[in-house]
Amino acid sequence: MEFRSHRLENGLEIVAETNGDAHSMGVAFLVRAGSRDESDEVAGVSHFLEHMCFKGTPRRSADDVNREFDEIGAHYNAFTSEECTAYYASVLPEYQEQSVDLLADILRPSLRPDDFDMEKKVILEEIQMYLDQPPFGMDDRIKMLHLGGHPLARSVLGTSGSITDLTPQQMRDYFSSRYSADNVFVAAAGKVDFDALVKQVAARCGDWQPAAPARQISSAVSETRFEVVHRPTATQQYVLSLADAPAAEDADRYAAKLLATIVGDDSGSRMYWELIDPGLAETASLGHYEYLGVGMFYTWLACEPDLVEANLARLHRIFHQADADGITVDELRQAKNKVKARVVLSSERPQSRLFNVGGNWLQRREYRTVADDLKSLDDVTLDDLHAVLRKFPLSRYSTITIGPRQEVRRPG
Amino acid sequence: MSSVILSHQLANGMVLVGEPIQSFESAAFSFLLPAGCCHDPSNRAGLAALTSEMMLRGAGPRDSRTWVSDLENLGVERGESVGVAHTTFYGATLRDNLAPALGLFADLIRRPHLPADQLDAGRNACLQELRTIDDEPSHKLMIELRRRRYPDPWGRSSHGEEPSLRATTIEDVRRFYERHYRPGGAILAVAGNFDWRRLVDLVEQLFGDWQPNDIVEPAGTNGRLAGNHIPFQSSQSHVGIAYPTIPYKHPDYFQAWAAVGVLSSGSSSRLFTEVRERRGLCYTVYASLHTQRDRASVLCYAGTTAQRAQETLDVTISELVRLGEGIEQSELDRLKARIKSSLIMQQESTSARSGALARDWYHLGRARSLDEVSVLVDQLSAESINTFLGKNPPRDLLVVTLGPEPLEVPVGIS
Repeated sequence: MEFRSHRLENGLEIVAETNGDAHSMGVAFLVRAGSRDESDEVAGVSHFLEHMCFKGTPRRSADDVNREFDEIGAHYNAFTSEECTAYYASVLPEYQEQSVDLLADILRPSLRPDDFDMEKKVILEEIQMYLDQPPFGMDDRIKMLHLGGHPLARSVLGTSGSITDLTPQQMRDYFSSRYSADNVFVAAAGKVDFDALVKQVAARCGDWQPAAPARQISSAVSETRFEVVHRPTATQQYVLSLADAPAAEDADRYAAKLLATIVGDDSGSRMYWELIDPGLAETASLGHYEYLGVGMFYTWLACEPDLVEANLARLHRIFHQADADGITVDELRQAKNKVKARVVLSSERPQSRLFNVGGNWLQRREYRTVADDLKSLDDVTLDDLHAVLRKFPLSRYSTITIGPRQEVRRPG
Repeated sequence: MSSVILSHQLANGMVLVGEPIQSFESAAFSFLLPAGCCHDPSNRAGLAALTSEMMLRGAGPRDSRTWVSDLENLGVERGESVGVAHTTFYGATLRDNLAPALGLFADLIRRPHLPADQLDAGRNACLQELRTIDDEPSHKLMIELRRRRYPDPWGRSSHGEEPSLRATTIEDVRRFYERHYRPGGAILAVAGNFDWRRLVDLVEQLFGDWQPNDIVEPAGTNGRLAGNHIPFQSSQSHVGIAYPTIPYKHPDYFQAWAAVGVLSSGSSSRLFTEVRERRGLCYTVYASLHTQRDRASVLCYAGTTAQRAQETLDVTISELVRLGEGIEQSELDRLKARIKSSLIMQQESTSARSGALARDWYHLGRARSLDEVSVLVDQLSAESINTFLGKNPPRDLLVVTLGPEPLEVPVGIS
C-alpha cells in the first residue's frame, strides 16, 4: 500500500491509498458541505442538493446518470452528514476513468426547476418515512438540547417546512459557495492508477473555480438537560443521551473510542452486562462521534416503556461509576483486542479504506495507515482513559426520551 | 478469482466447506444448524429464537461472561440469526485466532448450559425484540407478507408471539436444543486465510464425536391468514406484493433472478425509474427474490404517503405486468456489469464468502466457486430470460398493505 497525493492549481486535492493486490477500487468526491454550514432559511439544503446532483447535468439527463453508473457495474451512492457530502463509487479497476467522469460531472448539476420540484417530493417522502420510526428526529433534538445553538446541532434532513419552502435559487447560491475547487477533494483506495487519476480529475475539474468558503469551527458550550417527548403511537420507549467528548482534532480520540467500547459496545461492555444480557433493554450502546471542534459520547437505548426509569437509573450509575472508579486493566486489554481486530477486518475491503482515507483527510488533512491506527490504539494507557474521563465526565449529560410514556422522572 | 472450494463430511453427517484464500489477514465462518423456527410447536412460537438466545448464556467450562470476554480477546466479530430453516452463528477474526474461536463455538453448540435461572432474562430479550418490530412498519409489513405468501411453517417470523414466549419453559428450550441441534444437516463454512488439512483435523476433533440423532421434519400446521390489510397508525402506507417464482436449486434460477434484477437492481432498474425517479412517489421501492430450498417468491415493497399509495400500487403492478412481456438486451448488459463487480467484491470479504458457501451447500449439496457463478451469468441472454418470462410471467400477485387505509387491488389479483 502506498499513499499518494496531488493538488491541482485551483486548490482541488487528490489523495489515494493504492493497493496493487486489491481486486476493486473506490473513488469519492467529498465536499465540505453539511448541515453545520446551513442557516434556518436553507435547513436541509445540503442533503437536498445531494439528491439533485443525480438529477442531471448539461451533459447527462438523470436517466443517463443512473444508466451509466449501472453500465460500469458501479456500487455507488452518496450521503450527507453534519460536515460533509460524499459521492462515491466502487468499481472494477478498468472503470476508474468512467467513474471519475460521472462523479465529476454530477458535481456540476443543472438544478432544473422541474427536477427540483419532483425531487422535493422524494425528500418529503423520506422525512415521512422516518416519522414512522419513533426515535427519528430525536437525534437532532438531543443535539439541540445539549449543544444549544451550535451549528453541529442542525438537522441534516431539515424539516417538511424548510424543504417545502426552499427555492432553486437558494440552492444555486448555496451550491456556488460550497462546491468550489478548494472545498472539494477526491479520495481513492484499492487498485488505483494514481497518475491516471490525477490526469482524469484535472481534465474534468481543472476549470472549477476556488471560492475560499469559510466554515465556523468553534467548540460548544454544552448544557445538561432532560426532556420527555410523548409519542403515543410508539411501542418501545427510546432514550438518547449526549455527553461531551474529544473532537476530531484531539489526540485523545483513540482513548475515547476505547472508553466507549468498554462502557457501551454492543457486546461485552458494561452496558451490555447491565442492560442487554438481563433482557432489560433491546439495545443499549455508547458511541464516540468526532467532528471538527466538537466530540460527543452518544448513548442510545430502547426498552419497554415501563422499564425506562429503572434503565435511566442504571445508565446514570454506569456513567458515575466510570467517572469515579475508572476502568480496569482487563477491560482495556479486551477493548484493544476487539477494536484492533475490527480495524484489520474492515481494512480488507477497498471501500472501507476509502472512507478511512477520506475521513482522515476531511478532518485533519492527514493520511494514516492501518498500522498507524493499530499503534495509536496500542499506545493508549489506563491513565489516558482516566484523563479523558476527567476532562469529559460521562456523568455530565443531556437526555431525551420518546415513546408512549407521558411523563418520565429524571434520574439522579 | 480462481480459488478452490473443498469439502469434508464427518461420519456423523456434519459438513465442513472451505475456501482458503491466502491473501487475507482474516478468516470467517458461518455455522448453519437445522434449528430454525419451522420447528417451533404451534403453541411455542419463538422457541427457536429463545433457544438461540439461551445458547449464549454459558457453554462448556465458561459462564457467559467468560465466554464473551474470551471471544472478544480473540478479536472475533460475531452474530447469530434465526431463520425459518436454520439458526446461524457466524463470525470473523484474524487468521491466527480462527482455531481457538472455533473451539469456543464448539462449546456453544455442543455444550450450552441453558441455565434455568437466566430463562427470564433470555425471554425478556426476545420480547424486547418482538416489540421493536411494531416501531418498524416496513419490517412488520414484510413479515405479514411472507406469512400470507407461504404455507405454514415456511412463512413464519422467528420472533414468535408474546403469549407463547411467556409460556415457554426451560424444559421446552432444552428439548428443542436436544432435538434440533444435531450434526445431520449442520454445515460449517470457512473462508479466508487457513490451512485446509489442519482445519479438517480441528473440526474432526471438535465435532467428530457429536452423536447424530433422527432428522425431524417440520409439520405444516396452521392455515393461511385471512385479511390482507393491516390497520396501522402511520404517516406512510406500506405496500407489499408477492408472487411465486422458482428456488435457487432450480436449473432456471438465474433466469428468474436476472428478471428480478431488471426490475430492481441498480438505479436504472424499472421500479426505481418508474416509481421513484419519474413520479417521485416514494423514497424506498424494491423487489427481491426470496428463496427457500423448496419454494421461492419475489417480494416487492414500496412505502409512500397514504394519499399517493394507490398510485404507487398501480404503477408497481403495471411494471410487474410489463416485466412479463420481456426485457431488453441493454437492461441485461447493465445487470451483468453489476453482477460481475458484485462477485469480484464478494471475493474481497471473507464473511460474504463463508455465508455464500454455507447457503450454497444447503440449497445445492455443494458450493459454487465465483468462477462457476461467473460462467452461469455469462450464459444469460435476453432470449433465455424472455423465454423464461414467457412461461413464468409474474402472476398470482398477493397484495398486502399496512397503514391507515386499505387500498383497492385490481380485479384478478390477490
